[in-house]
Amino acid sequence: MATTSTPPGVSRVDLARLTEHWAESPSLRGWFSTVDHKRIGRRYLVTAGVFFVLAGLSALAMRTQLARPEAGLLSPEEYNQLFTMHGTAMIFLFATPMLFGFGNYLVPLMIGARDMAFPRLNAFGYWVFLFAGLFMWASLPFGAAPNNGWFAYAPLSSEQHNPGLHMDVYALGLLFLGISTTAASINFIVTALKLRAPGMSLNRVPLFVWAIVATAFMVIFALPALNLDNAMLFLDRRFDTHFFDPSAGGNVLLWQHLFWIFGHPDVYIIVMPGLGIVSAVLPAFTRRGVVGYPLIVLSIVAIAIISFGVWVHHMFATGLPQLSYSFFSAASTIITIPSGLQIFAWLATMLLGRLVIRVPLLFVVGFIVTFVLGGVTGTMFALTAFDQQVTDTYFVVAHFHYVLIGGAVFPMLAGIYYWLPKITGRMYHEGLGRWAFWLVFAGMHVTFFPMHLYGLFGMPRRVYTYASEPGWGGWNLVSTIGSYVLALGLLLVLVGVVHAVRRGRPAPPDPWGADTLEWATTSPPEPYNFPVLPRVHSLHPVWDERTAESTGEGATADRILSEGRVTLLTSELDARVERPVPMPESTLKPLVLAAALLVLFAALLVAWYPVAAVAAVVVAATIAVWLWPAGPSRTSGVATP
Amino acid sequence: MSLSVDTTAGMTRSAARPAGRRRQPRPLPVLTALCGLALLAGCGGDPPSALNPAGTGAARVANLWWLLFWISLAVVAEVMALLIWALVFRRGNVRVRHGQPIRFVAIAGAGLPFVILVAVYGVGLRDLAALAVDPDPDAPTVEVTGHKWWWEVRYPGASGATANEIHIPVGERVKVRLRTDDVLHSFWVPQLMPKTDLIAGETRETWLRAERAGRYRGQCAEYCGTQHAHMAFLVVAEPRTDFDAWLTRLNAPARQPRTEAERRGQQAFVQGTCAACHAVRGTGAQGQVGPDLSNVGSRWSLGAGAVPNDAGHLGGWIVNSQTVKPGNAMPPQPVSAAALPDLITYLRSLD
Repeated sequence: MATTSTPPGVSRVDLARLTEHWAESPSLRGWFSTVDHKRIGRRYLVTAGVFFVLAGLSALAMRTQLARPEAGLLSPEEYNQLFTMHGTAMIFLFATPMLFGFGNYLVPLMIGARDMAFPRLNAFGYWVFLFAGLFMWASLPFGAAPNNGWFAYAPLSSEQHNPGLHMDVYALGLLFLGISTTAASINFIVTALKLRAPGMSLNRVPLFVWAIVATAFMVIFALPALNLDNAMLFLDRRFDTHFFDPSAGGNVLLWQHLFWIFGHPDVYIIVMPGLGIVSAVLPAFTRRGVVGYPLIVLSIVAIAIISFGVWVHHMFATGLPQLSYSFFSAASTIITIPSGLQIFAWLATMLLGRLVIRVPLLFVVGFIVTFVLGGVTGTMFALTAFDQQVTDTYFVVAHFHYVLIGGAVFPMLAGIYYWLPKITGRMYHEGLGRWAFWLVFAGMHVTFFPMHLYGLFGMPRRVYTYASEPGWGGWNLVSTIGSYVLALGLLLVLVGVVHAVRRGRPAPPDPWGADTLEWATTSPPEPYNFPVLPRVHSLHPVWDERTAESTGEGATADRILSEGRVTLLTSELDARVERPVPMPESTLKPLVLAAALLVLFAALLVAWYPVAAVAAVVVAATIAVWLWPAGPSRTSGVATP
Repeated sequence: MSLSVDTTAGMTRSAARPAGRRRQPRPLPVLTALCGLALLAGCGGDPPSALNPAGTGAARVANLWWLLFWISLAVVAEVMALLIWALVFRRGNVRVRHGQPIRFVAIAGAGLPFVILVAVYGVGLRDLAALAVDPDPDAPTVEVTGHKWWWEVRYPGASGATANEIHIPVGERVKVRLRTDDVLHSFWVPQLMPKTDLIAGETRETWLRAERAGRYRGQCAEYCGTQHAHMAFLVVAEPRTDFDAWLTRLNAPARQPRTEAERRGQQAFVQGTCAACHAVRGTGAQGQVGPDLSNVGSRWSLGAGAVPNDAGHLGGWIVNSQTVKPGNAMPPQPVSAAALPDLITYLRSLD
């Protein structure tokens, strides 16, 4: 819209200047050097989607193998690599990057900023994610993919028990990827604290942004434990240290403790942004704000903190002291409360609202059904005695697929349909979307509900095949059929997206009558996001006339900022204007740095240490050039002088 | 193929089964209904189900499960009712007032769950403590060592060892001492007792108490590499006298060959490559790498549940077990076609 007509309050001259400062060249170089959070966000979404397809195809292969007892489609070695890559990719290469893709695209728009706080770091984070994902998947065709399960327990991961590159790929790949996740998290926190539109005090921050920021804090505190674990694993394997070698005084449970100190918060790292999407989608389709905003914010913060105190419930069968179990059991029980609070806040929202049944709302309903089922079994796992019976069986496989598909994938799908008009500027096909929903919903439950049963019936997880007499075959066949239905539904989602991009009718700026700021600009947004940075007067700025007026008649030059590539720096709590801050131009440095890191990690993998040393020098030099104090015209993100 | 792994087959077939079935504490109406619905599934076989407990530990957990199940059902029903109510009665497309029923959300979402969770946690603690009770110091003890991918089973005081099969006296609390020779494994007999992991470099203890005689399938539940899928075992709970007799045999030399074929087979075993890794008590075969084979003829399966223990599968296993259980530690054996039948005959005579 803004491309054809001038928004009120902004002159044509201002628009021309904004375009001049923010537009990136459409060249090939521009493609590689972009720092626009919207392009980077889209890339995150697409790349994570590709990894999702690969991990999903791995799952289909496994389900086909398990359709009947003693099947021979996959060798044990192939199966073990596939289930490891399925879990590792779904957790690390799909869930978090996909949600960070939403965050990347939406956080600046939702808070009324023109980009992320550190646009070049943002680009760097994407390239590292892409390269780390390729690094890990590339091992599969060579038969050298990780094969130790996504939680890679010692000592099975040791060189002695697991020769070859498998676990080196795992350790190095996750260390490499961790750089990206950490960089993105820092970026989210600074963006949300420093770049909010004037007037968006903390109590007016959209719940999705709260969720992303809490997630980012969890990443920053949780990931070091995983990185430490993987560094020690690599040293053990390659340089004969003995961190996890009990025969030399090491301890195998050290791996588990460190892994789950990361791993349990990681469950919430995955689910929390999903819950944030639900809170973002609901107002548009219930025609009212979410009930209990302060309660939901408190829940988010409570989960982020308590999630660091529950990790031992993954180790209830390892024979640790009872006293420790009773503590972690209590913490794991209590962490369900903040999630339950959110569920009832959403239910109350729906009960007091007016429902508009569109595809995004359908997926939110699917989310509530599925997530509650995963939640009640989750509470069961908090009880040590019950956990010891069903952990490492298909019951736990059922549980966490309910939690992760329910808590992350359904919200993502809701988010895809909800924001597709914003991101692509095109509307999706409603009928196609409904078909996709029903197939995904039915497929999900037909696949995973029976797993509860055959888990209780004694079938352990991570088996490449099973005997016929225990009678697990029939239920497994049901699961396999369900998985194909689920896959078909997901294929229809993809078809729907492609159809929308190709054939969809143009989307208006706000097709849903929604409440947050991304709907206050064009679909898709201009490179500068907002011609006028809004002044926010409420939690629902788009439903609020004063906020709307601040970008129309009430627009002022200090919020148009057309004199350069700048956005507004505001205070952390009350979002009072501090000063305009210059933003960096597009650059190739992030790509060069990420590529040098790829060479570094690949050289470490194949033990070409001189090459690794050279790559390390290139990495250091690139960082030095990047951070070299620049002249005033080229100053970059917020924290740079 | 068919392995006798269920509670109905095997040496204690005698009347244990119907009585046990009738004593099953709770009907499974929901599961039965689900079975009926899923025609394909059919609930065939006789699964080692945690919901069909035969041991003190598993029975306690099964009771806990049913408590959790009914509470969960109530919670899910409540949420579904509210959701359906909203979907049916709250349609429309007008912006509405931002009413804030904070009290409803706090009570339904936090207050009520808190009360329920505290109560359930209390029950959970009680069961945790019950499972953690140490058996008497003089309780019978089994020493189980996990290997990739089989279970070595020894009894203190008995010189012999067996594999993938644990005999216990019914009605007694039996101490199980768990060690691993290599990676982590997890000791699990769903119908008798929840899991205890085998931790490299450490010793763990659990216990088993079968309330009725029977054969109960167990399986490694911690991923342990290539053949994690084929690391099952069988717990045979039998009357004390049968158990004592069995233990006495475990302490005595293996059965001597009685026929010419068995004698030739024994010779092939002791002088061939077999003895390098396997032991048969009372012979020159004293290998310590693989399972002790002194009673291999009576075991429920070959390769820790990989295939049934019959002559055909035994021959296949000896010649090339890699086709049966790829990745296991036993290389293909250069046994001549002439010697193989004798070897099979001999091994099957060892009971």
